[in-house]
Amino acid sequence: MKIKIKRFNKQKSQDFYIEEFDILNTNTLKALLEVKQNYDKSFSFRYGCKSAVCGSCAIRVNGVEKLACKVKLKENDLIEPLNNFEVIKDLVVNLDKNEHFIKKSNAFLEEFSSNVVTKNDGKLIDLQSNCISCQSCFSSCPVSSINSDFIGPTSLTKVFRYIEDKKESLSKNKLDLIQKNGIWDCTLCGNCTMVCPQGIDSRSDILKLRMKSLQNGYTDPTIQTSFNMEFNPNGF
Amino acid sequence: MYDVVVIGSGAAGLTAALEAKEQGFSVLVISKNYPTFSQSCQAQGGINAILDESNDSIDDFVSDTFIASRKISNKKRIRKFCELSKDSILWLNKLGVPFTRDENNNIAQRRFGGTSKKRTCYSSDYTGLKIINTLYDTCVKNDIEFLHEEFLLDIAVENGVANAVITLNINKMKVSKYPTSNIILATGGYSNIFSLNTTNSYLTTADGLAIAYKNKAKLSNLEFVQFHPTVLKETNILISESARGEGGYLLDKNSNRFIDELKTRDEVAREVYKRVVKGEEVFLDLRHLGEEKIDELLPQERTIALNFANTDILNEPLSIGVAAHYTMGGILVDENMQTTIKNLYAIGECAQASIHGANRLGGNSLLEVIGLSREVVKSFNKDKIVCNIDIKKYQKEIDELMHKEIKVDFYKVKEQLSQILFEKASIIKSNSSLNEVLEFINEQKNNLKYMGIEDKSTYYNRNLVDFYEFKNLLLISELYIKSAISRNESRGSHYKLDYEYEDESFEKETIIENQDNDAFIYFEEIK
Repeated sequence: MKIKIKRFNKQKSQDFYIEEFDILNTNTLKALLEVKQNYDKSFSFRYGCKSAVCGSCAIRVNGVEKLACKVKLKENDLIEPLNNFEVIKDLVVNLDKNEHFIKKSNAFLEEFSSNVVTKNDGKLIDLQSNCISCQSCFSSCPVSSINSDFIGPTSLTKVFRYIEDKKESLSKNKLDLIQKNGIWDCTLCGNCTMVCPQGIDSRSDILKLRMKSLQNGYTDPTIQTSFNMEFNPNGF
Repeated sequence: MYDVVVIGSGAAGLTAALEAKEQGFSVLVISKNYPTFSQSCQAQGGINAILDESNDSIDDFVSDTFIASRKISNKKRIRKFCELSKDSILWLNKLGVPFTRDENNNIAQRRFGGTSKKRTCYSSDYTGLKIINTLYDTCVKNDIEFLHEEFLLDIAVENGVANAVITLNINKMKVSKYPTSNIILATGGYSNIFSLNTTNSYLTTADGLAIAYKNKAKLSNLEFVQFHPTVLKETNILISESARGEGGYLLDKNSNRFIDELKTRDEVAREVYKRVVKGEEVFLDLRHLGEEKIDELLPQERTIALNFANTDILNEPLSIGVAAHYTMGGILVDENMQTTIKNLYAIGECAQASIHGANRLGGNSLLEVIGLSREVVKSFNKDKIVCNIDIKKYQKEIDELMHKEIKVDFYKVKEQLSQILFEKASIIKSNSSLNEVLEFINEQKNNLKYMGIEDKSTYYNRNLVDFYEFKNLLLISELYIKSAISRNESRGSHYKLDYEYEDESFEKETIIENQDNDAFIYFEEIK
């Protein structure tokens, strides 16, 4: 079976190039290992657990984010690195942004509260806390590709997970940090939700964060903009 | 200069880093990976603890752990470990780990094999994943400094004192040294010697063990490798012990149960293996648990079975096999987690802390990485240190590798090694089969001069790192085989056809010493 791989090696060329390989394995990760071991030992990609839980082998197949260990290939499929990250070599991208956005949005438990957590409270954040940090959602996000300051779906879902945690006593702090380059910049296209290998619905988490923001006295800046344009007193 | 350098960013490394920072030490975490990608995310079932002494007791916990270890563990250390359990859970809870709760809003506990009580705390069946992500978020919160994709090349040891870590930055291909008076190895186990038959991540390659040994730290109990009795056939993907803990059945080819599913892993694995080698199918049957229970308590198992075996566990039994899962042996440490080299500590799966002995109980590994990794900080050295090691030789070695002609493909040898180890030196072995493997290993050690790297790029050269990892695995395979040959008895996970009984004279820990690059193996009484 023939597959195509988008390659990049700055020591060979400044440009990306597509290379075709004849492979036996249909499992993408096995196919990538086959390419590396049989054709080109310099071919680079990340992988780890082979069971879809470490998140390290996220790539794109025909433009859609997938975990290599989980997805099957078909004739002529095109494999590419994740979008919205600097490509280091072949399918390996620089993931340092993740730490940056966690920090920027306080996507962690800030101050422990000894509130009672019920069985049902736990269920509210169960799905979000299954995130494997594979960055598929971030890669699929059209806003992240035009605004490098956009906090992005990975961290926004994580913010939601900590805000909803009854053990967090400083939930409101986090809302403050995601007003700009955060929840209101999202176009609600739902790409993130579509590609999440864990079935996490970041789009819906972002919508809920908007609702929570309004309930906490924040305003929707997108509405304010149109309001200003129509009723701007300076315009009279 | 940092006060503490942690190698490895799994749950053990991150825990030690957080605790060290909390205690006011400056900390650097060096990892060949990214933290959230580490092996720890694969720990599914849970973490053991005594939360309520009216239901369970430290004494029972100590006794269960000691019995499972087949008497080759240190009761005093097990007791300390058990006593740390409640605090470890409360600490994780405070950081935000979303433990599953019971009807009374307490942290829920399930029953694992080898225990009489429900003692295992969990977050559905994603316990390790949720722990590692929460630890990482907390590290970001606490400004822990990381070096990602930085590979451990060596540790500098002068006059018996470790004083620096020598690493290779995979992207820049730059060799660096980080002098420090406290080095912590948190580099994981060695199940990848069985690389084709392990539940472990490709990246868990025994680097810490190999480098500690080369620098003459003592290793211990390497013959004890735990095989997991329920992994997906062919893919070796782990199906958590929680599946049996929640009531799953093991069925033979005639759909009959053949063992009490909650016996310890060594016993269950042996019974499964005996059928697998005969070419018979073995199944894990969860159908009777019902959809609601499965979706609430075993969601990951259902997804894995669907994605990787095309089986819906609600309607069909799952075809399973056995695979290397956890390695009880490791770098020998004392009660402070210090190795036999001053200033060098080992925590988590790479350490042999005299707790698991010949067989680890499910739920005890996560407790070890949290409980003992917090404790290690207590004995840290506060003095500054001087390091005189010249790192030019490491760069020179890499330059030579870049120009070396290659006649043997080490990737193929790695697969052959895994195959021969699984066939002749895994769940059931004998001295003759072990010696056959040793012969193969010696041959490959000779062949090392024909192996090397084909990728000549001077940035992000993963081929080079793969080669270093392979050499580490080959070395540890040799020590594993030699340890297994030395222990002429059957005990826990170590089962020999020519010695099918426990021998009291081996109620001791195996010690492996590097004497002039040759392994000297002897046995020491449990203190």
